[in-house]
Amino acid sequence: MSQNIRFVQGNEACVEGALYAGLNFFAGYPITPSTEIAELLSSLLPKFGGKFIQMEDEIASMCAIIGASLTGCKVMTATSGPGFSLKQEALGYAVMAEIPCVIVNVQRGGPSTGIPTHVHQGDVNQARWGTHGDHAIVALTASNHQDVFAMTVEAFNIAETYRTPVILLFDEVVGHMREPLVLPEPGEIPIVDRLRTSVKQGVNYHPYLAREDGRLPMSDFGGVHRYNVTGLYHDMWGFPSDEPRVIHELLRHLMDKIENRTNELARFKEFYTEDAECLLISYGSSARSAREVVEKQRQRGERFGLLELQTIWPFPYDLVRQKAAGARIIVVVEMNTGQLCQSVRLAVDRPERVFLANRVDGVFISPEDIRKTLRLIQGKGV
Amino acid sequence: MAVKDYIRERFFPHIWCAGCGHGIILNGLIRAIDKLQIPKSDIVMVSGIGCSARIAGYLDFHTLHTLHGRALAFATGVKLSRPELNVIVPMGDGDALAIGGNHFIHAARRNINITAIVMNNRIYGMTGGQFSPLSGYGTLASTAPYTNVDQTFDVVALAAAAGATFVARSTAYHVQQVTEILQEAILHNGFSVVEIMSQCPTYFGRKNRQGDAVDMLKTMQKITTPIGSKAKEQNPELIERGVFVRRELPEYCAAYDNVIQRAKEGK
Repeated sequence: MSQNIRFVQGNEACVEGALYAGLNFFAGYPITPSTEIAELLSSLLPKFGGKFIQMEDEIASMCAIIGASLTGCKVMTATSGPGFSLKQEALGYAVMAEIPCVIVNVQRGGPSTGIPTHVHQGDVNQARWGTHGDHAIVALTASNHQDVFAMTVEAFNIAETYRTPVILLFDEVVGHMREPLVLPEPGEIPIVDRLRTSVKQGVNYHPYLAREDGRLPMSDFGGVHRYNVTGLYHDMWGFPSDEPRVIHELLRHLMDKIENRTNELARFKEFYTEDAECLLISYGSSARSAREVVEKQRQRGERFGLLELQTIWPFPYDLVRQKAAGARIIVVVEMNTGQLCQSVRLAVDRPERVFLANRVDGVFISPEDIRKTLRLIQGKGV
Repeated sequence: MAVKDYIRERFFPHIWCAGCGHGIILNGLIRAIDKLQIPKSDIVMVSGIGCSARIAGYLDFHTLHTLHGRALAFATGVKLSRPELNVIVPMGDGDALAIGGNHFIHAARRNINITAIVMNNRIYGMTGGQFSPLSGYGTLASTAPYTNVDQTFDVVALAAAAGATFVARSTAYHVQQVTEILQEAILHNGFSVVEIMSQCPTYFGRKNRQGDAVDMLKTMQKITTPIGSKAKEQNPELIERGVFVRRELPEYCAAYDNVIQRAKEGK
């Protein structure tokens, strides 16, 4: 165990995780409440020979990291709601062209400019469906700084393994709160580097011809293999195609490579779920208050449990159904009007058991807020 | 090498209409690269969306066909992460200066060593002939049936004002000059902008009664003149061709290398 303990903001924990994972190119644009990530990386990346660039806008920073990923870099950008909206176009490009990249969204209140300095978790569904067209996506969250660090490393590992953009859906409370972070030693958490082609120079390399295991080995731009990358439907050469068979197979591939691995990609934490009569389901900073409620109720002998989801997308339907099977009441705790609650209702048997405990006024949801909702559900009044 | 060694024959025939100027520019570009003898694996070509953008796919370089207007933003990521690569960005007029206008001026301001080519046919061809920021006042387009009331940009003046350190203009008619200018642009250490007037007989030519491709090429000969020529003095309406700006400013990637040096030394 490392003795390197730091007292940091969540945004700093994210930066530390990214550097641990091998980040060497970051492009960003200033936006509250994620700006500290860009500020810190402008200072830290060049110390390691990495590159930081502040682009002219959010769109450009998303585009720039895709360009840098193609030359072989591990790349990231960071933003918040309005910037996340602007990044959706190029995020879809990264899905289509299968470019590994990590997008941090430190959520604030929306819609529109909303409330920049206050917490919300309103981008859950935008993370899933923000860019146009059918696609699959991976989105991870965290409720404390140790997990911010770990999930950031995970995000890079998943992005590089499956050649996909991965969204880190943090929130203003986690981003700005300070708490201790134990920095793992090098090697303590496994780091995944992308699979590179073993095809030799002079032999045809097909950038979009999957191996038997479904993976697509990459070749860095500037290397010996010259190929085309496009956001259009494309064949195994990366060349645009409008053949129905090519379109169908590529879309299926893009969906299946993520959704067929839903259980494999499901990261979560659980507290007293085995015998929970009342199961709270939460994620991000709101899971902290949910945890507090569960601990207090347990002390009073009440069978409360918490399922904290760290992978939000692809939504772990099987996991949620299993963990919720024995619960009489399921309460989803989140700071929006019920975005993840919808998915929980779809996942569980007898969805009439599912209730929402939320807060949407920019104020962090407290254990007392959750308890009030619980009293209402239990018919005890407020 | 032969011209055909630079193209991906597998993907031909190309999608451009008969008479389109973009093929001439493709030819001029290949000859420029051939004269410079840059290895194909040292070139990354990044393009956006539109007729012009398809040029990348036909060439045997590392090619990145991106989003409408965003080519320079992607190219900036490529270049900054691997400064030793030659990055060439062919764009259309709408691509570069309407939806991509912000990326265009900021890439110029940064003076990053990228060669930006604006293949200016004054129209959105792929979507069927809508006016672009370079169509000009009084032209006809499928979205300007009563004539266009949008004023135009002067690409050269815009690029120079935005900070590009090499700015030039030529036309598809003057393909020898295109080749020479592109060579110099690619060698230039900084952000270079080359506007190449191109003909779209299918839309711009037809809607504006400019005749066929040959007529349009002849028009380019007539309405342009070398920079500082006598003809320009006599007829200020003429459009000048040649290199307008050659200047030295710190190149972005080199400047960032200094940042890395200072960061490592803790200064």
